[in-house]
Amino acid sequence: MSNIIRRDPRAEWIARNRLHPLHAAMQEKGETSWMGPSGLIRKNPHAVGFIGPNGIKRIDRSGVQQGASRRSAAAREAVQLPLFRIERPSLHIVAVPDMPGGRLSAHDRDLLGLARKLAGADGAVVAVVFGEHKETALDTTGVDRLLHLSGNEYEGYAPEQRLQALIAIEHQFAPRHWLLPDARAGGGELGRRLAAKLGERPATRVWQVEDAHCTGRAGAGREDLQRPLPRLILAAAECAEPVADTRHEVLPITLSEAVARSLPRLENLGPVAVDPSLVPMAESEFILSGGNGVKDWDLFHHAAEVLGATKGASRVAVDDGFMPRHCQVGATGTWVTARVYLAVGISGAIQHLQGIGACDKVVAINLDPGCDMIKRADLSVIGDSAAILRALIERVAAHRQGSARDAA
Amino acid sequence: MADLNIIALVSVGTHPTSGRARRAEQDARAVELGLRLAGDRLQLLHAGDPGEEALRGYLGMGLGALTVLQQPRGADALPVLAEHLAHAGAQIVLTGSQAETGEGSGMLPYLLAERLGWPLVVGLAEVERVENGSALVLQALPRGQRRRLKVRLPFLASIDSAGPVARQSAFGPARRGQLNAEAVPVAADELLAEAQLQPARPRPKRLKVIQGKTAADRLKAATAKASGDGGQVLRDLSPEAGAEAIFNLLLEEGVLR
Repeated sequence: MSNIIRRDPRAEWIARNRLHPLHAAMQEKGETSWMGPSGLIRKNPHAVGFIGPNGIKRIDRSGVQQGASRRSAAAREAVQLPLFRIERPSLHIVAVPDMPGGRLSAHDRDLLGLARKLAGADGAVVAVVFGEHKETALDTTGVDRLLHLSGNEYEGYAPEQRLQALIAIEHQFAPRHWLLPDARAGGGELGRRLAAKLGERPATRVWQVEDAHCTGRAGAGREDLQRPLPRLILAAAECAEPVADTRHEVLPITLSEAVARSLPRLENLGPVAVDPSLVPMAESEFILSGGNGVKDWDLFHHAAEVLGATKGASRVAVDDGFMPRHCQVGATGTWVTARVYLAVGISGAIQHLQGIGACDKVVAINLDPGCDMIKRADLSVIGDSAAILRALIERVAAHRQGSARDAA
Repeated sequence: MADLNIIALVSVGTHPTSGRARRAEQDARAVELGLRLAGDRLQLLHAGDPGEEALRGYLGMGLGALTVLQQPRGADALPVLAEHLAHAGAQIVLTGSQAETGEGSGMLPYLLAERLGWPLVVGLAEVERVENGSALVLQALPRGQRRRLKVRLPFLASIDSAGPVARQSAFGPARRGQLNAEAVPVAADELLAEAQLQPARPRPKRLKVIQGKTAADRLKAATAKASGDGGQVLRDLSPEAGAEAIFNLLLEEGVLR
């Protein structure tokens, strides 16, 4: 539809008549450069620019402001990255990304960037993914071949079964390097189990790889260890730049023989419900925090129990003695990284806001609509905190009873 | 559970600021877990120098003796520890996650488990019950979560910073305790011979590269304010309505069980 060229006869008439009062205001003052009749490029240097607001001629070289819309819209479509094809790879680099929550994390992307760097021009990067995943954009992360192992035996916590699969990959592909992320999300453990099984000495917490040497953190982090590049590398976050210049074909490959099912010596009996008051506040996902505006502290504690939230407090509440010091959230207290932070009666002094800088969703209950906590919060309720907490406790109790009745 | 034969492997740690030798934090948590399980019947094992005074930090937690397999600096601790543990007859062996001196790769528990043929539990938080030759243990997950595992005895377990906080070390029992040295064959660690340990360099911070091609794009990206005003303010609502809105958010975020 936007390809239909529309002619404005009036505009054309004005453009033809130089003495028309609106002739100067027309954008079509003339082409700046065009192909002349003899084949030479002719230029009109006076055609650029426009009269600015203060009467001075202005030339805007950015090109996006002055409505050269049609052509730039076509040019602004997504630039397709060049496809990197490799038919017969001379070497394989196998990377096992963690994929927490089913998607590639930034650490995984850095890992694949490192794999791409090690593979060079004639190597293929093989990514091994266990279980179901939700990642759709694997081609822009540098994966040449994808080995997807899906099955119930790999779900959840099954390090020994995954290790068997990795050993099968080792026998079939004999990769030049094994790359795993050195993270608590599973890569660190799996990588070390693989190293122990293969008998290879891995380089751990590697943060720099150049030529045939790699540097990794050693000890408690005060020292670096530089060593020749081993076969198995456990890479720290930001070890290399993620792949940004090329697209890769994510060809699916399979193992030639089925993986032997080993009887697991570690039986996973599932996650266990944890008392939120015992979870350290720095690690907790849901925090209920009270400040100067909370008058009824028994109600506050009861609400924390019913909601299943870890208790926190602002400096004022701790100084007044209502909460212990280790519950203090703020610049001199704990810096929390919760997913949901419920602040009751906290005005949001800048030091407190520093402590909750990393929280994802902040909910505030306050009487003052102009305080800084309301500005920070994603959802604020202006009202009496005791009444709202009571209503919230009832709502949660009703929800739990409802779901218990559904289950029964 | 008091008749369990438990060994804790300990190492020398360093203070993060001064670099002085002291008891290692994760090994101390492993010793604390062992004390809670077995009391004074816990045995401590170290491979290194019996004259190292920082080891007395573990003895001050309430134990009388510590066995040291005498080794010079730079020797490989794996063969001697594996040999000792194979004949020690322990049911649970507790270690920290990684060493605070030297390479600190955290490979020792995995290599020991491979050599001895025992299962390994990574990130042990608590041992709930031991019965019929298998133990119910809690493994620590990120964000304070716990997972229950069942594992057959004997097993190896590594403790990270989610383990129980180590008790203070008392000076008197630390001085009175004994460091019993044992002579063992020495094997050199090849990696430390060819690799170099340097003081840690601060890692370069990753710059956010703006992908825009024109100067206007880059200026716009650099001066763009982070969209932080998505906040919803509810006023003049009844407490029930306000509580309903908060409840919906909690349900949507998935923090309400």
